[in-house]
Amino acid sequence: MTEHILRMSGITKTFPGVTALQDVNLAVRRGEIHAICGENGAGKSTLMKVLSGVYPHGQYDGEIVFEGNRCEFGGIRDSERAGIVIIHQELALSPQLSIAENIYLGNERARRGIIDWNRTNYEAGELLKRVGLRENPTTTVSDIGVGKQQLVEIAKALSKEVKLLILDEPTAALNDEDSAHLLDLLRGLRDEGITCVIISHKLNEVIAIADSVTILRDGHTIETLDMAADSVTEDRIISGMVGRALDNRFPPRTPAIGEEAFRIEDWTVYSPSQPGRKVVDGASLMLRRGEIVGLAGLMGAGRTELAMSVFGRTYGVHISGRVFKGGKQVELRTVQDAIRHGVAYATEDRKRYGLNLIEDIKRNISAAWLKGLSRRGWVNEYEEYRVAQQFRGSMNIKAPSVDSVVGKLSGGNQQKVVLSKWILTEPDVLILDEPTRGIDVGAKYEIYVIINRLAEQGKAVLVISSELPELLGLCDRIYTLSEGRVTGEVPREEATQERLMYLMTKGQE
Amino acid sequence: MSSITPADVEVGAKGGGGAPGRPGRVSVGGLSLNLRSSGIYIAFALIIVLFSVLTDGALLQPQNISNIIVQNSYILILAIGMILVIIAGHIDLSVGSVVAVTGALAAVLMVNMGVPWPAALLITIVAGALIGAWQGYWIAYFGIPAFIVTLAGMLLFRALTLTVLGNQGIGPFPDQVRTLANGFTNGWLGNVGLGPLGGADLFSLLVGVVAIVGMAFAQWRSRSARKGYGQAVDPLALFVLKIAAGAALILFLVVQLARFKNLPWVLVLLAVLVLAYSLMANRTVFGRQIYAIGGNLQAAVMSGVKVKSVVFWIFVNMGVLSAIAGVIFAGRLNQAGPTAGNSFELDAIAAAFIGGAAVQGGVGKVVGAITGGLIMAVINNGMSLIGSPSERVMLVKGAVLLAAVAFDVWTKRRAGTSR
Repeated sequence: MTEHILRMSGITKTFPGVTALQDVNLAVRRGEIHAICGENGAGKSTLMKVLSGVYPHGQYDGEIVFEGNRCEFGGIRDSERAGIVIIHQELALSPQLSIAENIYLGNERARRGIIDWNRTNYEAGELLKRVGLRENPTTTVSDIGVGKQQLVEIAKALSKEVKLLILDEPTAALNDEDSAHLLDLLRGLRDEGITCVIISHKLNEVIAIADSVTILRDGHTIETLDMAADSVTEDRIISGMVGRALDNRFPPRTPAIGEEAFRIEDWTVYSPSQPGRKVVDGASLMLRRGEIVGLAGLMGAGRTELAMSVFGRTYGVHISGRVFKGGKQVELRTVQDAIRHGVAYATEDRKRYGLNLIEDIKRNISAAWLKGLSRRGWVNEYEEYRVAQQFRGSMNIKAPSVDSVVGKLSGGNQQKVVLSKWILTEPDVLILDEPTRGIDVGAKYEIYVIINRLAEQGKAVLVISSELPELLGLCDRIYTLSEGRVTGEVPREEATQERLMYLMTKGQE
Repeated sequence: MSSITPADVEVGAKGGGGAPGRPGRVSVGGLSLNLRSSGIYIAFALIIVLFSVLTDGALLQPQNISNIIVQNSYILILAIGMILVIIAGHIDLSVGSVVAVTGALAAVLMVNMGVPWPAALLITIVAGALIGAWQGYWIAYFGIPAFIVTLAGMLLFRALTLTVLGNQGIGPFPDQVRTLANGFTNGWLGNVGLGPLGGADLFSLLVGVVAIVGMAFAQWRSRSARKGYGQAVDPLALFVLKIAAGAALILFLVVQLARFKNLPWVLVLLAVLVLAYSLMANRTVFGRQIYAIGGNLQAAVMSGVKVKSVVFWIFVNMGVLSAIAGVIFAGRLNQAGPTAGNSFELDAIAAAFIGGAAVQGGVGKVVGAITGGLIMAVINNGMSLIGSPSERVMLVKGAVLLAAVAFDVWTKRRAGTSR
């Protein structure tokens, strides 16, 4: 039981000017599920890239021993030949190819260069059974959901006779049901003798599934905990990650709630890709000034679709319903309309929809409010700089200057830039979609402080989140959404995870 | 006026999240960034030095400098429009054909129909705008990739040119148009002796002095405004050095031109266009939105940028500049021909990419595109001075284009791995 399948010792990896890993040690026992936890930027992904050969031997210091052999991987192919397969957070499937084609991509079932399709599809079908995915191997990958695509990735790994499977945030994009299935699958693989290394921010999952956990902080190994021997709790892991006991994950706040600020009535949105499918179905919501309202729902419940269709109709077709701002009906036909009426939407996917990653901080902050910073079409660059400087200070954006390129910031700091950008538009209503996704614990706290401060200033804030504890800790009131319908409205005092989950799954049978 | 100012949102410095302290990174990053953005100018200087040596100084003779400017002015004008198209993440393959068709239109109006030249020029520019609007409509509002639309345009407008002209050229153009394309400012103030350099046109020199003073004043004003807003500025010595270098460059150019035949009118036009478009790209909302669209289209949409309208107007602008280039090119040859503008689009695109535009869009500068165009112009000119055959010139230009983009990709990759 104490035999180690993998031993990484003294791993040091430096980039120009930055030490990403400093003398990191990792020992993984054969046949266990080993979790790696750490804040963003702690070095988890870098460590996995060293292991899988993305950073080839010679670009790092230290030693990797896998299955008793010293390994010097020159690339991903080398590590895969040894039996190490990594599944990245962003899935690497080719959407227009079939499931079977994806599974055997680069590893084709072929004889003399001619692909044997019968064998390909048959063997793919066997693998799909193993991972519990009931789909035809010839189905195109773009036609199945993210959760199933994740399973295809695992099937692909199994096709390579994997001994050590590395999963980077495997459940980040999955709903609870798919997550549960995935975790079950990992347990099954462990019983088959496949060792798993899992990087996750979801500590409850780590507690539920891992046999041991290694904690990284700022490129150093902090500790490795044995889940069976040590009695490990979420708070125990968090204190290791942040280097301090986290007595309070949410900043205190005394709500001062005023009159109605924003109301949506009978809001219905149809899917642009699947004609006739209602994504949002007669939803009605109301926000008051100074109130933080949550919107809970499983993946696919229509939370983001609801928010984006309200925000200048940036999603959906045949949108119907009424929007009231401060009691008066308004039409938000374009993003410009929404901004003019003081409605802001900070996206869940900041890299795709929120930021211009190759541009600097100040120009990202000003991007939605150039009108306010310009006269007759001419931008006042000095004012733009001054405003950006002010936000850098007040939002605690950690960057050398406002001329720093946004793409190089950490997730938390990028999120602060997104929030700055929308606060600059002087909104009365802020819709924050997954404001803490992919952000480390310390930065989360800062985001919560910012949200509280916005409410204190009399703004109405709608927080969309997949993390129920976050909604419970932050919100005065929580709406639940299920299959596009508002299924409940729960005040803070009555809200529990169980009650919310019940409402979120209501009407799905 | 506002219910919230950024300063209101105070955040406790709790939590050590985000980037840990990375001492020394700023200067390193700053230096490599500098190299990336200024590499093109260093390369340009090196190429000039190289060909000055190879041609025994013939490259920088007054008449040759004048030739380089006049012979390439239309490519440089096209490059200004092209860089904006490329920053927005699009491409325009039709500009060569648009140059031909607008030149032909101008010839028909001025030569065949006897329309007064200012009216004819105006009509031609409007026609260029309409051509741009046509292509912009399909690209922005109909959603066809610019590559396809302008590839079709390349054929359509060449066909139109041939229909209008048949198989022969139309000329000659009125004197005023030829002067704009080929001519020089009048020596209104006479000549002045410059000692060993001989006589030079006083008017040209005065324009040069005004340009230098204007540049220095604008720089100084910007510097003090930046200081007023608490922004970091270059130390005074470096600031003065930069101004002096710029002044020396302008002075050299103007003196050489003044010694030859005064200022080419196209240089005046080009200077105005470069100044105007640089300001537009950097300082106007419209210019910013071009960069935003190229940098991240989705994010631009979600920030309230009217993407379709911006893309549409970029192509209208490209059409207008193509029409100007078309008239100048026809005027220089004194005839509008059916093969005019062949492969101009490639020269303009190459100029933009050599000048530092990114293939994915979002990056680029008007001055960079002009420098890219001049690099090719100097290579062309220098190699023909030393008698290289045209196939070798083509070879070198191809290699330079590839090397320039490879350098850009390489620096970007290095920047990427240093995360």
